[in-house]
Amino acid sequence: MLKYTIRRLIAIIPVLLGLLVLIALLIEFIPGDPARVMLGQHVSEEALAALRDRLGLNRPFIVRFGIYLGNLFRGDWGTSIREGRPILTILAERIPATFELSIAAMIISSIVGISIGILSAYRQYSVLDYVGMVIALIGISMPVFWLGLMMIYAFSLVIPILPFGGRLTTGVALNSVTGFYVLDAILTGNLAALGDVLRHLVMPAVALGTIPMAIITRMTRSSMLEVLRQDYINTARAKGLSTQVVVLRHAFKNALIPVVTVVGLNFGVLLGGAILTETVFAWPGLGTWLLDSIYARDYPAVQGGVLFIGASFILINLLVDLSYAWINPKVKYD
Amino acid sequence: MQVLRRSWILFLAIALALGLGAVAQEHGGTLIFARGGDSVRLDPADITDGESVKVCQNIFNTLYEFDQGTSTVHPALATSYEVSEDGLEWTFFLRKGVMFHPWGDNPSYEMTADDVVFTFARQYDEAHPYHEGDFAYWGYMYNYISQVVKVDDYTVKFILSRPSAPNLLNLSCFTAMIVSKRAMEDMGVEEFRNNPVGTGPFKFVSWTRGSEIVLEGFDDYWNAPYPYLDGVVFRVIPEEQARLIALKAGEIDIMDSVTPDNAPLIEQDASLTLLEAPGLNVGYVAMNQMIEPFDDILVRLAVNHAIDKQTLVSTFYKGRGEVAINPMPSNLFGWNDEIVDYEYNPDLARAYLEAAGYPDGFDTELWYMPVFRDYFPQPKLIAQAIQAQLAEVGIRAELVTFEWGTYLEKTEAGEHPMAMLGWMGDNGDPDNFIYVLLDKDAATVGSAGNIAFYINDTLHDINIAAQITVDVDTRIALYKQAQVIIHGDAPWLTVATGNRMVGVRSYVQDYDLNPVVKGRMEFVWRND
Repeated sequence: MLKYTIRRLIAIIPVLLGLLVLIALLIEFIPGDPARVMLGQHVSEEALAALRDRLGLNRPFIVRFGIYLGNLFRGDWGTSIREGRPILTILAERIPATFELSIAAMIISSIVGISIGILSAYRQYSVLDYVGMVIALIGISMPVFWLGLMMIYAFSLVIPILPFGGRLTTGVALNSVTGFYVLDAILTGNLAALGDVLRHLVMPAVALGTIPMAIITRMTRSSMLEVLRQDYINTARAKGLSTQVVVLRHAFKNALIPVVTVVGLNFGVLLGGAILTETVFAWPGLGTWLLDSIYARDYPAVQGGVLFIGASFILINLLVDLSYAWINPKVKYD
Repeated sequence: MQVLRRSWILFLAIALALGLGAVAQEHGGTLIFARGGDSVRLDPADITDGESVKVCQNIFNTLYEFDQGTSTVHPALATSYEVSEDGLEWTFFLRKGVMFHPWGDNPSYEMTADDVVFTFARQYDEAHPYHEGDFAYWGYMYNYISQVVKVDDYTVKFILSRPSAPNLLNLSCFTAMIVSKRAMEDMGVEEFRNNPVGTGPFKFVSWTRGSEIVLEGFDDYWNAPYPYLDGVVFRVIPEEQARLIALKAGEIDIMDSVTPDNAPLIEQDASLTLLEAPGLNVGYVAMNQMIEPFDDILVRLAVNHAIDKQTLVSTFYKGRGEVAINPMPSNLFGWNDEIVDYEYNPDLARAYLEAAGYPDGFDTELWYMPVFRDYFPQPKLIAQAIQAQLAEVGIRAELVTFEWGTYLEKTEAGEHPMAMLGWMGDNGDPDNFIYVLLDKDAATVGSAGNIAFYINDTLHDINIAAQITVDVDTRIALYKQAQVIIHGDAPWLTVATGNRMVGVRSYVQDYDLNPVVKGRMEFVWRND
């Protein structure tokens, strides 16, 4: 297991390098001069030239990429062109918001998705099954952007029970310790803030979690159906075990492997895919920042942001692979 | 009798309403101002984005400031000024008793000439220890200022390399906001950008990136009784629909940047008010005189007669704008109201084309912007409409666009036959339109502001004369003459000026929808 983990960790290096080259090349091919995009129409030619020079845009691609890689190895992710601040500082501000939202979305989508999936599988072709599958189908086909706006309209305006966006009501005091507001509120024992933070989290998390929820539901259902047809389930039933035990202990654990894969993969997707949700709900996370950076042709920022998301994706995949051994003892890595 | 009683009741009702309406301004309360993006940095000398300017507008002051609602100015941190005979020395007399906000453990202190000199020297002096940044606006708008010197604690002198009539307006713009010398020396530029210290009506409290900037009313503000508010919060809500719902739900008080589509939704809501005023902008189609057949005045006239601008404004601006007759907006001083716009007349357009030797029309390209602005709220749709109307008279234009940065580069290099573009005024001076966009000085291939590449020496002489003359009436006369010349030469199809719109909860009073200054909260108060 340890050997496998180390091997996988080493294998990450070329993957990340490939990712870096790919991002750098993609950025290189996006049309548009960052100096021009940043300074717009109201600027002198001298200022443009000075900025291009300062950003090193006059140098050839290979030289710029080489310098970037060298700095990266020394732990310097560069400075945002737009904000003039170190990328790592900005990432540290933005990551907790996005992680908090993605984790909340993952928890909600997993609980709801797995529950509906199990029920649908257990009562295949029942009304419950059809309702569950219709919900999953709607969930998977609903544009997050539209869903988010509809939710805001419904729950902030028509029945005003939830705040429309942001992470915290203006004026609510919360000492930031980790940047994860839920955690911060708990750590500082600030119950008023905790309630406020959770209320802000509900709508964006549900909106973001809808598509993964739908995928998890379908995956759980089909995986459960397959397992429920196995002989050992009949044996378990024949032994006189209760339905609950058969479904949850015997069937579900074996049906879990593909579900865990999907959950893991989706988490990575959530990190990168939070852009729309963050925009609709004014959530100050990685997504909105990355979008602004792309618009501004802020190359170091885009590179840093994508690198971070890519690295997270790879790590999560590794964790998912490792978790198979825990779920199914038959899986061995050595 | 019945009628008489009714009219009495009506009279009483009106009197009561007027009485209630005329409530005196009240102190107190906080307002939440929601906009589409976050500020980038709060160093007024080194910003180019509107969202940073809006916040700086409340933290800092300039020597002179724009009046409420107009692009005229009045004394602010300076009380008066004198200009030398040759126009090369401008002496400003500073207001006494103006205090900077306190910061960290440092108490507030009085602004003097040292702060003013520091503010400008760090921009023009490349060897200055606090010359950190791009200072893009300095190079573009203030390059005629060669030095700023202290005469005494309350007097500063600006030494110019050439006379510049717009100087006073320029010194009222954000780039010229006076920053605290001691605070910047204490913190360094990097830290100052995140913790700005000025003399303005509100002092900086906190900034949660991507989320909100909190400001608090400054008790020792020099311009009492302002500000009325205890505080202002600038919140980021990127999506316009979400911003609208938040306004309707009362979670925010002011909604920035309302587009024509959403304006009626605000007007229909009794608890909201739509503030609307003509913008300081103009949208146009430049016809590149370096490319045939647009070097021919007859062809340019044909284009001008081929387009029904009124229909464009009612369709794509939803009536929230006005047809542009001149190459500058009508709310700018010097706008020539005697010029009659080219009549929409396709037959006349065809006749001009025939006279120019194009009886069957010709093929060309119409470039349109990939981004929308107040002056072109829907560039692609507007381009399609213009394309269709041009086709009516025989001009077959293919639509072309590029990514925004590339678009600017290519149009500045003159690669387009016809290109849609627009301009938002910086300082409320006609020079900022006529000289920047149509003078021969601005027609340099590769960095052209004049993308029609229109060259008229008489116009150039007028522009230079208007830059040197400080007398406002003379300048107005010169710019009126300039507009006549431009109208005759028709380098553009001037299209429209788009309105600026802001939605507010109805208790928000005296929000200043100024053509130049955006987001100023100094005069705002709550009537609830």
